[in-house]
Amino acid sequence: MSRVDGRLKVTGAATYSAEYKLPGLAYAVLVGSTIAKGRITGLDTKAAAGAPGVLAVVTHLNSPKVPGFDTVGKDPSQPATVGGPLKIFHDDKIRFNDQPIALVVADTLERARYAAGLVKAQYAQEQHQTNLEANKPRAFLPTSAQKNPKSPMADYQRGQADAYRSGAIKLENEYVIPTEVHHPMELQAITAHWEAPDRLTIYDKTQGTLATRRDFAKEWNLPEANVKVIATFVGGAFGNALHSWPHESAAIIAAKVVNRPVQLMLTREQMFTMVGYRPHTWQKLGMSATADGKITAITHESIGQTSTYEEFTESTLAQTRMMYQSPNLTTRYRLAALDIGSPIWMRGPGEATGAFALESAMDEMAYLLKLDPMEFRLRNYTDQDPENGKPWSTKFLKECYQAGAERVGWSKRKLEPGALRDGDWLVGYGMGVGTFGAHRGGAHASAQLLPGGTVLLQCATTDIGPGTGTAMTQIAADTLGLPPQNIRFELGHSDYPQAGTQGGSSTVNSVGPAVQEACLALKDKLRQLAATGNAAFAAAKKEDVVLADGYLTLSTNAAARVPYADLLKQVGGTAVVVEAKPGSEGQAYSMYSFSVHFAEVRVHVLTGEVRVSKLVSCADAGTIINQKTAANQMKGGAVGGIGMALMEHAIIDDRYGRYVTKDFADYHVPVHADAPAVEVFFVNQPDYHVNALGTKGIGEIATIGVAPAIANAVFNATGKRVRELPITPDKLV
Amino acid sequence: MNPFQYVRPTKPQAAIDAVAKDPNAKFIAGGTNLVDLMKRGVMTPQKLVDINRLPLAQIERQAGGLRIGALALNSAVADDPQVRARQPLLALALNAGASPQLRNMATVGGNMLQRTRCAYFYDTSMPCNKRAPGTGCGALEGVNRMHAIFGFSDKCIAVHPSDMSVALVALDATVQVSGPKGPRSIPFADFHRLPGDTPEKDTNLEPGELITAVDIPDGPFTKHVHYQKVRERASYAFALLSVAAALDIDGTNTIKAARLAMGGVAHKPWRLAAAEQALVGKPATEETFRQAAAVAMQGAKAFKYNAYKLKMGPNAIVQALKTAAAA
Repeated sequence: MSRVDGRLKVTGAATYSAEYKLPGLAYAVLVGSTIAKGRITGLDTKAAAGAPGVLAVVTHLNSPKVPGFDTVGKDPSQPATVGGPLKIFHDDKIRFNDQPIALVVADTLERARYAAGLVKAQYAQEQHQTNLEANKPRAFLPTSAQKNPKSPMADYQRGQADAYRSGAIKLENEYVIPTEVHHPMELQAITAHWEAPDRLTIYDKTQGTLATRRDFAKEWNLPEANVKVIATFVGGAFGNALHSWPHESAAIIAAKVVNRPVQLMLTREQMFTMVGYRPHTWQKLGMSATADGKITAITHESIGQTSTYEEFTESTLAQTRMMYQSPNLTTRYRLAALDIGSPIWMRGPGEATGAFALESAMDEMAYLLKLDPMEFRLRNYTDQDPENGKPWSTKFLKECYQAGAERVGWSKRKLEPGALRDGDWLVGYGMGVGTFGAHRGGAHASAQLLPGGTVLLQCATTDIGPGTGTAMTQIAADTLGLPPQNIRFELGHSDYPQAGTQGGSSTVNSVGPAVQEACLALKDKLRQLAATGNAAFAAAKKEDVVLADGYLTLSTNAAARVPYADLLKQVGGTAVVVEAKPGSEGQAYSMYSFSVHFAEVRVHVLTGEVRVSKLVSCADAGTIINQKTAANQMKGGAVGGIGMALMEHAIIDDRYGRYVTKDFADYHVPVHADAPAVEVFFVNQPDYHVNALGTKGIGEIATIGVAPAIANAVFNATGKRVRELPITPDKLV
Repeated sequence: MNPFQYVRPTKPQAAIDAVAKDPNAKFIAGGTNLVDLMKRGVMTPQKLVDINRLPLAQIERQAGGLRIGALALNSAVADDPQVRARQPLLALALNAGASPQLRNMATVGGNMLQRTRCAYFYDTSMPCNKRAPGTGCGALEGVNRMHAIFGFSDKCIAVHPSDMSVALVALDATVQVSGPKGPRSIPFADFHRLPGDTPEKDTNLEPGELITAVDIPDGPFTKHVHYQKVRERASYAFALLSVAAALDIDGTNTIKAARLAMGGVAHKPWRLAAAEQALVGKPATEETFRQAAAVAMQGAKAFKYNAYKLKMGPNAIVQALKTAAAA
């Protein structure tokens, strides 16, 4: 089934958050600091305020009080020590370069942009720290782990600590991932509208309408019911919209100040500095193995960067703890706080970072052992979770290995690097494994029958691109036995029944069952309505209810027929709202999605350029609801992995604490010519421990493991092991 | 972006007058670089003189060569049958630049006049002698992986980003300009400048001078040519460095004539005359190419982050010559 909103998107009919043209709309442009740390000592906003069309210039000197800014950190249940989002225009402190120091609001975007250039600031500059390497000695255990030794961020150990050091065959290497930036096609944008002094509506780029509603209700000390968040369409996010950011607060403040709706869209430059990124992370991985290829010990340590005002943590070391059968295993996760904006999860998040180290090290150890890297992984395959001893809910990773190896032509791979050549290009093969928890949260959905026979479903979930609306339409159509065109699934509105944020590959796992159950509940509701004066329906089960051609009938009794019109006439309507929640299955099983990526690369012998000539991504992601959108998601994740492996790198000049990569000319993401036709294979075996649909999640495993697959292929082609991404030609020439 | 006046003359003289009389006026053609620079506040012209209506877009055969109008689009030149037949190196270089969308907007004159892509030039809060003379060079001690290895000064180590210009300097092109003092010709090799003490000046154009055409003399380089561009992705990226190579090889595999130039290594497209000399009269073999590449790199000097160019440069030259010879 094709995307339900595909036509809207490609024809421009879909409305994104910076496209709502409300009456009286004003436009806002942010001015950023040009130092990384210090205080603002002077702000000259006269010229800007006097420029044509300017309605207001908001700074920390004149911003209205945001009531929530004062209470953040004062809630004893929310310890302030782990920090909180930047409080915009709250004080004179500069915490990172390009931190917003002023917001210019004008009647047109052009006038706002021009006036923004007229704002001048003076600073008392302080010595900043933006270099991770230099700040490694100051790295610390995250507060969450300090307070709770059972936190996933706490140090982990099974068997002996650092046992790899005494291993007979061992390696110890350092791996570095640079800062990478999400850069979805749609820029971060918000249209903020105070419909009344205490009623706020925002059209916002967010992955979670309810999380955003909660954040801004708190910020303005309003009941959540007074805040409406609308995100009908989101033009990609990759994690970038999992957090409420300063520019959103700024637009809401500005709308209050000018008493008009205000639209604020960041520039591509600002997308680098104030809306998160995958943190620059240093890792060290030690591993030992027996001569016959059994891992005896792994120690995996990492230091990721965070901001000075917010402790961002991610599961960099999670995959190492559960992927391979290693009796001795140690992980240590640390943070380094730098004078830079806060990071946020970026697709695959920490697991993709960690997998680069783990899966590179697996390749390195296999080479030390003179073993095929797939064979080495099979010798350390786990049939239950070595982290907690629980059985897997399902695991079909071996099937993925086999399917991928066949498709990429793994049998052509030579153990010794540099053995295959095609003209001026060295050819190599590599693999990398990914895994991510099959997370499921509670979700609500509503369903009702509309005149005309369409079933309307609603849920507050968002669709940042994977095709949530399409998958849910399909689940509803299957459950109701209706053609998809008779289903209307509405999402992206905080007034709709509650669902979690779209992130962590959890949407279909969570919302899918809610939609399924809402449809079953609707059938039963219709049956009950039909049962008034119709004994056949009164005796029937909801599973027997059939909706067809304007009538409700029964699969067990085709003669029982009630027209929709009769049902719709009844008082109270047909609407049902259900909640679907996970049970205790997580206690009994370890639930993960798995993937393996196989890459064939070509490396130019003279110039060091790398081209990925084949990429095969195989996933054990449970039931695949929609082959087209699922394969599309896998391909997108794989192309993201090419970017991670070969080109993405946000660079800071530490002298200024300021990015020198500021646009797509400096910060490269793959273009079409960089992406081969990615081949996707799904095992497509249901995991009914996760939910009744059998889904496990796709979004993250599509990226996790791709970068090491490419790095390993580069080694196989050239004999050069690059442990600091990206693998640009200067590192291979 | 600052407010500006916009005029759209239809005669070259009117355009020249408009810019010659106003030091804050700029010509605009495709606008693929200038508009970006204006959005960033790097360039703040008070007046834009749109020259798109001037009759300067023809590609014509003339005695001894081709004349390409300054307003000919990059895509039109790359696809022109005469250019492809007589100067295939130019077509290759053009198609290595930017993206199809940009090539459909960018003109030949504008391509020559594009500014450096140095990040310090683009950020008005950072030092840059090219943008703001006297503020220092941010790149000298900064992130300089894209920067020059030839012809730089302590005032500026930026590189010229054009691919097309690398081919044109190799092909001995001549730039036709027209200005307040009338028309004149500038050999392509003298068109762009080295930074010296005045990095704010990219070219030797006088105020108000308008590029009208580029002339390329006919030559023997119709077959053995190659444009080797090394970049961090397969398309749509500026060169880490690039090489334009053209050979005339006789029946005994001896090189009769050679042209060689590099991009991404200097403040101007960098002609490698000594290396050309090292090729002439020699057999067209990898050994010869390696020797020429060594000659080409004489005098190259790297900074903290661009030392790779000292190795990638000669390798790319060898690759370009090999590919040209085999073409």
